[in-house]
Amino acid sequence: MMDFGFKLSKSSTIDLTDVKTDRFEQLCKQEPGARVCIGCGSCSASCPAASLSGMSMRKVLLAMQRGQDVRPMLRNCMLCGKCTMVCPRGLNTRNIILNICRQYD
Amino acid sequence: MILEGRQKIWSDYQKDIPDDHWYYVRSCIRQNFFPASERMFTHIVKDVLGKDLYETPHHTTCGGIAYHCDTIPQETAMTIVARQFALMTEAGYENYCPSCITSFGNYIEILETWQEFPELEAKIRENLWKACRREFNKPKYLAHSSDLIYHWRGEIAKRAKKLLVNVETGEPLRVVEHIGCHYAKMFPSKGVGGAEYPCVLAGMIESWGGQVIDYPERRHCCGYGFRQYHVKANRGYSLSNTHKKFESMEPYHPDLIITNCPGCPYFLDRWQYVIACQTGKTYGENGHGIPVLTYEELAGLVLGYDPWDLGLQLHQVAVEPLLQKMGVEFDPAAKYLGLDKEDLIKPELPSSIKCY
Repeated sequence: MMDFGFKLSKSSTIDLTDVKTDRFEQLCKQEPGARVCIGCGSCSASCPAASLSGMSMRKVLLAMQRGQDVRPMLRNCMLCGKCTMVCPRGLNTRNIILNICRQYD
Repeated sequence: MILEGRQKIWSDYQKDIPDDHWYYVRSCIRQNFFPASERMFTHIVKDVLGKDLYETPHHTTCGGIAYHCDTIPQETAMTIVARQFALMTEAGYENYCPSCITSFGNYIEILETWQEFPELEAKIRENLWKACRREFNKPKYLAHSSDLIYHWRGEIAKRAKKLLVNVETGEPLRVVEHIGCHYAKMFPSKGVGGAEYPCVLAGMIESWGGQVIDYPERRHCCGYGFRQYHVKANRGYSLSNTHKKFESMEPYHPDLIITNCPGCPYFLDRWQYVIACQTGKTYGENGHGIPVLTYEELAGLVLGYDPWDLGLQLHQVAVEPLLQKMGVEFDPAAKYLGLDKEDLIKPELPSSIKCY
């Protein structure tokens, strides 16, 4: 393969008809605030685990909406609650994380 | 009669295009990529249709590329554009026709900004006066050169020698139309058909006998995106955008692609070679790519001009399969001969995509 110094990126296209949103819907029943996230990333910016482990509350909610497994990321959460303090929409992020963990129990 | 849906939007997005007396400004880059396109446009408008089209050698860049690459502020671009308007005013014209989609979007954005912020327009007038002692009137009409060809598409169809029809099967050719992002995505009301139903190229295709392909990523960017390409580290993103479009249009088996932007034909054409090198995949028939033409080149083919006089040998993707489908007569041996019949030397041909 010829090296041009750049290459094709893997497509990030998601076919929403194939996405299973059961877990996200269940989460929204338990914690309706999950729907009002605007994805600003304040939670991820304030997360003390983010720079070390790749934990990102914003990515967790996005992955839940896309029906993806979020357990690897959540294992790094220390439940310190900083994300709850900085959320401009007032989401109870700790409760969201605990409810997601309960779904996988 | 009550108009609904598409008809209603279409009536909202009709564009007033004067029939004559245009001040034409060329693109910075098109003459390097596809050099016969603008030449063919001026020839069609002036010599074939007999319209008044004026150009000045004093025209410069509009600053659009630098502006969109974030290397100059908008006020600098505005002063450059103010000078272009001054040249138009001095030439006695009030209908302004840029060849470039980036310029078209740039001019509209600046005129709309001046409409909202008159104090900024006053400042730019002062800047221009201080810089080169010029004054300007704003254009009465602003239309892209593809708007003009759209406006006169019926006239061209009347003079057509070849149609977008497969001469062997009698079926209309399947054509993908790709419209530059800055044509109507920023200011929908300034483009023919707006952003929802841009008809500027589709109208030409249908008038000249072809069939427009509607595919999922029809309105996706070609991938150029200025900094996506100009910064080499981002270039894979540019390539990936183009790849996405080709993957989307592939099931519809297009015979050709036409575009109205300087960057789009370049990237849709050249990236096919890069994709073929990197993945081994080609999107045309029998190892060929899908030919990508500008609307002027297509108008030239329809009017019966020699494909090598239209500069089609400068395309990366071979156009010969398209010429055969349209029944265009051409001399393969003359492909790399200059206007004076001097041999321009046949370039090295790639092995990943079929070329001649």
